[in-house]
Amino acid sequence: MAVHVDRYLRLHKMPHIWCPGCGNGIVLGALVRAVAELGCSRDEVVVITGIGCSARTNAIIDFNTFQTTHGRALSFATGFKLARPEMKVVVVTGDGDGLAIGGNHLIHSARRNIDITTILINNSIYGMTGGQHSPLTPAGSYATTAPYGTLEPVFDACRLVEGAGATYVARGTAYHVVLLQRLIARAISHKGFAFVEAVSQCPVGFGRRNKMRTPSEMMRWQKDHAVTVKAAAGMSREQLRGKILIGEFVNRNLPELTEVYGRLIREAQSRPGGE
Amino acid sequence: MVLGGIILATAAAVYDGLNATHNQSYGPEARGGASRSEVIISRGVIHYPEIEHPDVLVALNQEAADKFGLNVRDNGIFIADSRCKSVPSKNSVRFYRLPMVDTAYEVAGSELVTNIVALGALAAVTGVVSREALQKAVAASVPRGTEDLNLKALDRGFGLVK
Amino acid sequence: MMQGNEACVEGAIAAGVRFFAGYPISPATEIAELMAEKLPRVGGAFIQMEDEIASMAAVIGASIGGVKSLTATSGPGFTLKQENLGYAAMVEIPCVIVNVQRGGPSTGMPTLPAQMDVMQSRWGTHGDHPVVVLCPSTVYECYVLTIKAVNIAEMLRVPVIVLSDAIVGHIREKVVLPDPGEIEIVERKKPLVPPEGYLPYRADEDGVPPFITYGKGYRYHITSNNYDEGGFPATNDHKVAHALINRLHAKIEKRRSEIIVTEEYMLDDAEVVIFAYGCTARSAYSAVETAREQGIRAGIIKALTLWPFPREVFRKLGGRVRTVIVPEMNMGQLVVEVEAALKDNPARVVPLNRVDGKMITPGQILDLVKEVI
Repeated sequence: MAVHVDRYLRLHKMPHIWCPGCGNGIVLGALVRAVAELGCSRDEVVVITGIGCSARTNAIIDFNTFQTTHGRALSFATGFKLARPEMKVVVVTGDGDGLAIGGNHLIHSARRNIDITTILINNSIYGMTGGQHSPLTPAGSYATTAPYGTLEPVFDACRLVEGAGATYVARGTAYHVVLLQRLIARAISHKGFAFVEAVSQCPVGFGRRNKMRTPSEMMRWQKDHAVTVKAAAGMSREQLRGKILIGEFVNRNLPELTEVYGRLIREAQSRPGGE
Repeated sequence: MVLGGIILATAAAVYDGLNATHNQSYGPEARGGASRSEVIISRGVIHYPEIEHPDVLVALNQEAADKFGLNVRDNGIFIADSRCKSVPSKNSVRFYRLPMVDTAYEVAGSELVTNIVALGALAAVTGVVSREALQKAVAASVPRGTEDLNLKALDRGFGLVK
Repeated sequence: MMQGNEACVEGAIAAGVRFFAGYPISPATEIAELMAEKLPRVGGAFIQMEDEIASMAAVIGASIGGVKSLTATSGPGFTLKQENLGYAAMVEIPCVIVNVQRGGPSTGMPTLPAQMDVMQSRWGTHGDHPVVVLCPSTVYECYVLTIKAVNIAEMLRVPVIVLSDAIVGHIREKVVLPDPGEIEIVERKKPLVPPEGYLPYRADEDGVPPFITYGKGYRYHITSNNYDEGGFPATNDHKVAHALINRLHAKIEKRRSEIIVTEEYMLDDAEVVIFAYGCTARSAYSAVETAREQGIRAGIIKALTLWPFPREVFRKLGGRVRTVIVPEMNMGQLVVEVEAALKDNPARVVPLNRVDGKMITPGQILDLVKEVI
């Protein structure tokens, strides 16, 4: 579906601050097109971010937007959603913001199954501070704080939130942007905690230290290494080594927190002593 | 014990029209640790809420008797449970040894209502609150369905003092 | 009969608070427990978050959602809340934090009282941020000061701290609550312009920008980076930063007379004055009553507002006051402010400090009064 993205953007706030070749703009485009595809009004969508390159997504989109402290966007979003259950709440975070400093908030938001859509832009690095390693920097890769290569293994963010109780989990990439848009649209229309990991590229902070000098090389890497969930079903463990799975992993319906709490309020108010 | 203190303060402040404060202290244990209730009853405004030398002390076990027995003010009153073996007490203090825990067992089959028995005994000895006020405060403060049992415990507490 | 912590809950609900997020911590937990029970009955929401940081964040999130919001904690939790308290101060989101103080530093004395967070409440978060701190010493004051805290937060778009302590929070006293109709309730100032003309951070004369929540056609951005009137980052704009930080402070300074509450007792002929706050003020009253019975001319200034510091009240002290005693359950946090407020007055300032988890007794104060007179 062709969408005039401009009407969802704060064009007077352009240019944005992202580096040439950054994948964040692609993810932002997918988000905006997904909202348009769903026919949501700009007034009913709230986009909340934390700190980092991912957090700069929401100043330039014309929804209700607020940027919060590092890693805490989901906690702000939890309070907001409980206060205003009728609003569509989207959190955009990154691999550092969402999984390192914000990791605790992420798993507890998933556990509560609160109706928030979280888009985690995974560019494998702390971009804004200049290329420090994150929980999603592949072992052996170089970063300014890993001059000899990282020694630590990574999370599988999707399996983490699935284990924590998320009721919608999916992964897309900046290269597979049509799929990404579809996954985000489904995540937003899903009732419950929905998580989409968007594998993206940071040519400046990650690529140039890790033998992928150009954005196109990085996107080619995404193309070459992505395997759809469907295709993976017919592949051996050996064949899947080093690949990233994309597509929908979880889509289930379970009681959602603000709905359950709404019921509690109605019951409490109908009892004697209620207002 | 905390609830007992609250009931005493409520009886004085709400039903007898006096002023009262209640202050509590306890250790980190959720159950079984030492706990203490401090109640001040006055016709005037009560500022400082802590008690160093009580006019009246009720000690329901040996530990409490040992720890606070000698703090009672001269000419004060010290009521200890009869299960306490040795009780440190000054000559200048009016001393009572009453079977509060045993009475609780007789009334309820457990020591749960000991605090209410103790309130009855305390009020009977001191007259610091009226019997009616205490009855109202007990009925208003204990879990629903246990009012009769607790009021019986209160009566038995009064009965311990001849 | 009501406990101090319970009075905070009743005051908050009377003031219109309909959201609470918290995390278990002694000696403040009763506030969370009662909120969990009472808020759904009045159509509000309670949530126990995964940590103190998250509960502060959730409170601000709910307030951005247009709902009056409050959280409660004690020293160690208050430290964790400072990050987002700074956020609320910067982006001007109303919220109230009740800090039921206990002994520190660190986990310290979890159920014993202290007054060690006076400076943390003023300067606990980084940056030169505005904040208001109110301090109850009775159960009734827990009630009225929580209402006042909510009102100031909503009026000035500022975080307000109710600095209680383990004594005041746990003590039970008889209180007679005012009728709901007698309580003054303040609501956030709404914009008078249509969405096209709305600049979320264009302040009125009083330094406070009108606020409207999302979903009403007014779409705008909030950022904790240095921001312009439109609410967008102006990260390296020196002029904008200068104007913003000055405005954030000025909006409080302009309303000092509405924010500051003090109580004076027997000051007219006093030769010794005790400056006290929180639970220590209770001991001061006992001490002064005894001193007066003994013919000693002692009086009290009790501060119910700690920040902004009520320096004005010291102007009332004439030349006859020889000594001002400042009893505090810390190593001397407000005594420096008292000295500054008295810089043109020859009165001597004498601290009285206690940090062992016990209240300063009336006897301690009385002894010092006799010593200095």
